[in-house]
Amino acid sequence: MLRFAFVAAITFLGLIAVTFFIGRVIPVDPVLAIVGDRAPQSVVEAARRQYGFDLPLWEQFFLYVKKALTGDFGTSVLSTYPVMQDIRRVFPATLELATLGTLIGLVFGVPLGVLAAVKRGSLIDQAVRIIGLVGYSMPIFWLGLLALLVFYARLGWVEGPGRIGVAYEYTFTPITGLFLLDAAIQGDWGAFRDIFFHIILPASLLGYFSMAYISRMTRSFMLNELGQEYVVAARAKGLSEARIVWGHALRNAAVPLVTVIALSYATLLEGSVLTETVFSWPGIGLYLTNSLQNADMNAVLGATIVIGGVFIGLNLISDLLYGLLDPRTRP
Amino acid sequence: MMMGKTHGHFRLMLAGAAMSALIFASATASAETPADTLVQAWAIDDIISLDPAEAFELSTGEITGNTYDMLVKLDIADTTKVVGGLADSWTVSDDGLTYTFKLKPNLTFASGNPVTAEDVAWSFERAVKLNKTPAFIIQQFGLTADNVTEKAKAVDPTTFQFVVDKAYAPSFVLNCLTATVAAVVDSKLVKEHAATVTPSEEYKFDNDFGHGWLKTGFAGSGPFKTREWRANEAVVLERNDNYYGEKPVLARVVYRHVKESATQRLMLEKGDVDVARNLQPGDFQAVGQNADLATTATPKSTIFYFSLNQKNENLAKPEVREAFKYLVDYDTLGDTLLAGIGVVHQNFLPKGILGALEDKPYKLDVAKAKELLAKAGLPEGFSVTMDTRSGQPEQGVAEAIQQSAAQAGIKIELVPEDFKQLLTRYRARQHDIAILQWGVDYWDPNSNAETFAVNPNNADDSQLKTLAWRNAWDVPAEMQEQAKAALLERDAAKRAEMYGELQKKVREQGPFTMLWQQTEVAGLRKNVQGFKLGPTFDTNFLAPVSK
Repeated sequence: MLRFAFVAAITFLGLIAVTFFIGRVIPVDPVLAIVGDRAPQSVVEAARRQYGFDLPLWEQFFLYVKKALTGDFGTSVLSTYPVMQDIRRVFPATLELATLGTLIGLVFGVPLGVLAAVKRGSLIDQAVRIIGLVGYSMPIFWLGLLALLVFYARLGWVEGPGRIGVAYEYTFTPITGLFLLDAAIQGDWGAFRDIFFHIILPASLLGYFSMAYISRMTRSFMLNELGQEYVVAARAKGLSEARIVWGHALRNAAVPLVTVIALSYATLLEGSVLTETVFSWPGIGLYLTNSLQNADMNAVLGATIVIGGVFIGLNLISDLLYGLLDPRTRP
Repeated sequence: MMMGKTHGHFRLMLAGAAMSALIFASATASAETPADTLVQAWAIDDIISLDPAEAFELSTGEITGNTYDMLVKLDIADTTKVVGGLADSWTVSDDGLTYTFKLKPNLTFASGNPVTAEDVAWSFERAVKLNKTPAFIIQQFGLTADNVTEKAKAVDPTTFQFVVDKAYAPSFVLNCLTATVAAVVDSKLVKEHAATVTPSEEYKFDNDFGHGWLKTGFAGSGPFKTREWRANEAVVLERNDNYYGEKPVLARVVYRHVKESATQRLMLEKGDVDVARNLQPGDFQAVGQNADLATTATPKSTIFYFSLNQKNENLAKPEVREAFKYLVDYDTLGDTLLAGIGVVHQNFLPKGILGALEDKPYKLDVAKAKELLAKAGLPEGFSVTMDTRSGQPEQGVAEAIQQSAAQAGIKIELVPEDFKQLLTRYRARQHDIAILQWGVDYWDPNSNAETFAVNPNNADDSQLKTLAWRNAWDVPAEMQEQAKAALLERDAAKRAEMYGELQKKVREQGPFTMLWQQTEVAGLRKNVQGFKLGPTFDTNFLAPVSK
């Protein structure tokens, strides 16, 4: 436990240091974001002093870490709110999207992967692999716009960009920031439906990418399992094929698969900025990118720390799950 | 055990099916906006504050223009003139230093508080003392934190007096007072939310003048009030039922932040939004051809240009400066890349501003350019870089210029970059050529004259970093004097003439090649009436709009 905490702390410090110095090196003047291009020189210089940009680099870093240890991650120069307040606002949007996306990827990816493994070499196997490859290679930006064109504009099956429609925007009160959950808690089923139709397209898009990856890995792990001797033994014993595949082989394949899914989830949680741009989804990816383009380093560092924390947390969870699923790895 | 398992599975599947049925019951989502709300899709990620004393961005300009009032405002029928906003009438003293405004009777803020000259004075006081980006528009008249309460004061509840330090052209003073930094805030309401501050070296006052609250709050008197601003997401305006003038037809206006032109177009076609504001030429044309939709367009003051850094010894040669002006295919650009979104313009004052020239003496003429280059001692041409924002239409135009310049032997290497990055390099004078845009700070010819034709100190540490400075152009003293003189010319017609001459000189001698003046376009649903874009963002009025 102690060793884990130590490793986590070192990782964080390294992450912050690298991000900090990259941020100071990028050729964008952070004062521009604060006062704009039209400010007179005196206002520019006053802002530079106020935010400490005139101090030497290592001193700025030291000040930042000192404040961060007390929980003060600074104020975003763009929004002028404390960074953590901003992140508390944007992260749930990404969390909701990523969770739904991973669920979709999981629900479709695992069965398809199993199917491809069981019917190896057949048409189904080829189809699954091709669908996966397409999902992997297509630029998500383009696919997103295409999906909007087809499912939103032409077919009208889903709602357009944004998290919630104009009609519900002012009567709906967020509680956790996860809109689907909030609507369900309050029993506001009209809003729930509206929110669902807003989230389903971007979530499906992310789910598609997730599915592409998960199905490939599932297929790979399943093939590995199905080639084991215990499978031959089970068949000899007379167990049904379904029982062998789902009850035994998948259970064993689930062990490394859990890590894969956790990693896929973490990737989505980083905030797919392209998806968030296309769908006007106010999540952490968009926040981070916008802050980076304006050299708003407090926001960038705060968001990086949160995402780093999420990664480390998910890795820990997948390690624990590994132990749960495979008794051999328990200490 | 098997039976139990399948039974459990079955129940799960049934629940799932029921849930889906419930959700998909109304699968085709109704995509219409409420009848009393105007929904606009617009990129509003530039908004950093709603406080009129701080806001200087284009999107905020539109918000402020619809929710606050100024003493005077532009005459929409003739934008070279000014009409009364909160002020009924005004007089200028004979020495040209004192402006006295009489307020209209029975004015109220959205809160119900009456509008008095005290509010006007306090609004000016806080703008000057807070000293944010737009404060210079008021400060340039000689107002400082120390003298503002004397120079901008309420003589009586309906009379406001404004004293300037020189006998400026009255048109200049009045034009500046139409800027949003001169918006009148509800002093009673804002003072209730003022936060105490410990005075410091940088900020000598003991309270923040309500700035912290007004950054996201509202204290205006306009036809709409700002109900909410969610950064990078939405702005919601609501009708001000206490408005002293003609109340808006619509109850609400919502701005939704949508970055992509293609997405905006889809939403417009579906009816999820009533207005789309960031349409690129391709999408704009498609909208124009759609029977359910309409379009509108109005010239804005933003001028796109490219400039030559005089620190580069090749670009500093006057013949080279002139040669570049002949290496742009203005007509073709106007017909293709700029179709609908811009009009070719070759002077530094945008059309609609007092004194603006409309002549276009330059055309693509490679032979002439080559002749000039030879005279400059560069018959073989030379290599140079051009910084551009990586986006359309600038990048497309930059590529076109690269091609025409190549015909004269000038090899341009394009450097597309993020806008803020470009701005940082430009302000540090690190570019060779940069293609950029400039919008007026306030609706008066001095705004652009001061930045294109004035450069008192060309050294790196200058306190006045005009566009001329950013290109290291040592503006001839005669031009700088003319710009200063035009500022003090009280006869409007003569003033216009002086700016005409100045534009000509800058056009002929300066390192700037003006390219086009921006046209703001919007796509609308057919049922939207009364939507007209103004010459500035703060004149994009929403009150007359109905559905």
